[in-house]
Amino acid sequence: MALNRKIAYINLTTGKIEIKPIPLEVRKRFLGGRGLDAYLLYNHTPKNANPLGPKNVLMVSGGILTATCASATARTHVMAKSPLTNLLGSCNMGGFFAPELAWAGFHHLVIKGKAKKPVYLWIHNGEIEIRDAAHIWGKTTTETQWAIREELDDDDIKSLVIGQAGENLVRYANVMTGIKNSGGRTGMGAVMGSKNLKAIAARGTMDIKLAHPMEALEYNKRFIDQITSAKVNQTQGTLGTPFIWGATNSWGGVRTRNFQYNQCEYADDIEPERIDEICTETMGEHHMTGCFACQVHCRAKYKIPTGPYAGRYDEGPEYTSQGAFGGEPDCKSAETVLTGNHLVNQWGVDNLEIGSLISWAMELYELGILTSKETDGLDLRFGNDEALLEMVRRICFRDGWLGDVLADGGIPASKKIGKNSFDYLIQVKGMSNLHSDERATPGLALNIATASRGSDHLRSRPAIDLYHLPVEILRKIYSNPVPYEGPLSSEHTEYIGKAWQVFWQENCYMAVDCLGICKYHTTFLGATLPNFEDWPKVLYLNTGLEMTPLEIWEVAERCNNIERLFNLREGLSREDLEKGDMLNHRYFDEPCLRGAPDVIGAKIDRKKFKKMIDEFYEHHGWDKNGVPTAETLKRLGLDQEPSHMV
Amino acid sequence: MEKVLKIDYQKCTGCRLCELVCSVSHHGVSNPTRSRIKVVKWESEGLYVPVTCQQCEDAPCISVCPVKATSRNEDTGYVMIDYEACIGCRSCVTVCPFGARNYNTVDKAILKCDLCGGDPQCARFCEVKAVDYIDADSLSTNKKKEAAKRLSLAQKVATAIIQEEG
Repeated sequence: MALNRKIAYINLTTGKIEIKPIPLEVRKRFLGGRGLDAYLLYNHTPKNANPLGPKNVLMVSGGILTATCASATARTHVMAKSPLTNLLGSCNMGGFFAPELAWAGFHHLVIKGKAKKPVYLWIHNGEIEIRDAAHIWGKTTTETQWAIREELDDDDIKSLVIGQAGENLVRYANVMTGIKNSGGRTGMGAVMGSKNLKAIAARGTMDIKLAHPMEALEYNKRFIDQITSAKVNQTQGTLGTPFIWGATNSWGGVRTRNFQYNQCEYADDIEPERIDEICTETMGEHHMTGCFACQVHCRAKYKIPTGPYAGRYDEGPEYTSQGAFGGEPDCKSAETVLTGNHLVNQWGVDNLEIGSLISWAMELYELGILTSKETDGLDLRFGNDEALLEMVRRICFRDGWLGDVLADGGIPASKKIGKNSFDYLIQVKGMSNLHSDERATPGLALNIATASRGSDHLRSRPAIDLYHLPVEILRKIYSNPVPYEGPLSSEHTEYIGKAWQVFWQENCYMAVDCLGICKYHTTFLGATLPNFEDWPKVLYLNTGLEMTPLEIWEVAERCNNIERLFNLREGLSREDLEKGDMLNHRYFDEPCLRGAPDVIGAKIDRKKFKKMIDEFYEHHGWDKNGVPTAETLKRLGLDQEPSHMV
Repeated sequence: MEKVLKIDYQKCTGCRLCELVCSVSHHGVSNPTRSRIKVVKWESEGLYVPVTCQQCEDAPCISVCPVKATSRNEDTGYVMIDYEACIGCRSCVTVCPFGARNYNTVDKAILKCDLCGGDPQCARFCEVKAVDYIDADSLSTNKKKEAAKRLSLAQKVATAIIQEEG
């Protein structure tokens, strides 16, 4: 049974390991994955813990459906207090780790303390061992994985690892698995590094019994047909996520030169078709790969075509790398994007954060706020590809004054750089925004302002807002499972009804993260994909757990509120530019200069934005300060937290 | 008409859905160790090759079996295991040139593809058709077409050159 997967508490200071079942009551309240991790974080991490100290607690998990016969249950979730934001830290990745962890008998790991010297965890068929990692410390993410396989003599081992960036406590270092599957936000790799934990290796041959296997198999076939028939997934399966960058750039939704422009011009060399051409030339016609049991196969395989790293194999690039190493620093070369992508994958660092911070530093350099003294002679102007890639190296290895300063994240860096550098930093809650520009899309702006882990598109983005769907269609999607009779608008430039859409998406993505499935299999980029109505049956056939769409929605609400409680406990306040639900002033003051006619001149209206946040809080049952009311907490059964059920 | 599993490894995305559905349909559980098909991977090169029973005409597993537990089914033509007769000596695992005979460590039993009685689930679920179930006589049809296309292109180029020069 999926439900008999265990939770393990591992104390790296004492070496003590405790293995326990996960009570059914806990499953019904939090399902698993990110939701249960959030509950564990709130219950096990003491208030004001140093994120890089032994008191921070690291959660690693699969979802409740992981490795069952549901579609695309590959996701691994990692959570702790973030060393980047000092608030909620959370990242989520595809690949093959979480299924292997489940076959090895576990769904959740709770890792406490700090090892005296580098170690890794070896998890095998119900057993957990802490092993010496001296010989793999200092290795890249892939070198580490292959070394563990060699040492334990098993090619089927799947490992979750950190690269040099995590060891060097770069505050936005990744946790990674496979060639490029990245838990890449909020610095969970640095938390692993701070615990001297280089890797978690898993291998299992334990059955996951399905409640109704043959029906689950048939239902999965239907599910897969629905998922692969969506045009957006067919495009993902051909071009990968780079197609999103191309589409968004065409109307002016892509940040360029940090935040100076909203469209990257003359960028043919990094357009999706060009990237696809390179993948075809270097890896052949069939160059797409996928995560466990997923038929979308959105990840491209490539070899770097030219330059100092020519011939190196890697996967991706995701559209985030086109932004981080292409659009944002205004380096419009495929070689640079593909090389940058390779370097961050090898050293294990968040491409969104590093790209965004370097282009911020480039703007400061051009403004004279940073000079060649701080850059140690590096000519850090926009469009300097070599300086960009050199800066990536300096940050990952904390080399030079600026490399070391940027490795600590935007807000601490702005304090060391001084002057008005903070004004140019495109961040929320201390985490940089991805490469997208939300000035023309208030719904998306609300999403990044309120996302629980900082400026982020994967917590609540109403991406289908960009499709201008008729209101009747929007109503059909957004009125389930909770009826919504308020206004909705097909216009992405509008403020009407967006608060509800963001609220709905936030619950939808939370549910997906608790189930352990991928967002490309729900209402994220495709309006016809499965959501609340479809999940109860998948859950029942695979695990035997009977829940209604409304009950799953309530789990999502409960988990979102736990995340909110954690953030509030650690200092979130609504209008705080460093720790609040607030955007940089440039969103309100600087209009878009490029793009489609309804995008040029667009900026966020401060008053309407404020009203939108009020509405968003109301939908949640939060007060004007964004604090859950006593009534809301009671309704969701959170009035006794921390309740220490597990 | 005789049908066979056709594996085109270049199309394989490495997702291992075939392993999942194989173990679910045969055992009612998710566990790739119980799968009759396995995707062998060279991850650092992005190379994935699904490996399973090829239903060999002159099958070494039939000849090697000391208790005649492996035989060819006269009606379907498939190579089958009689689990009542099988003594679990693993001789077939040793001789199979594809490594397609699995020794399942969970049950301590031999596993071998039975083509799901004529509706192989691995092929049914593989959207990219890296694993496909097709008529035996059309196995090489696509390859013939590809080759013919190359030849005809060469012919066209040659004609164009002659015309230019002429």
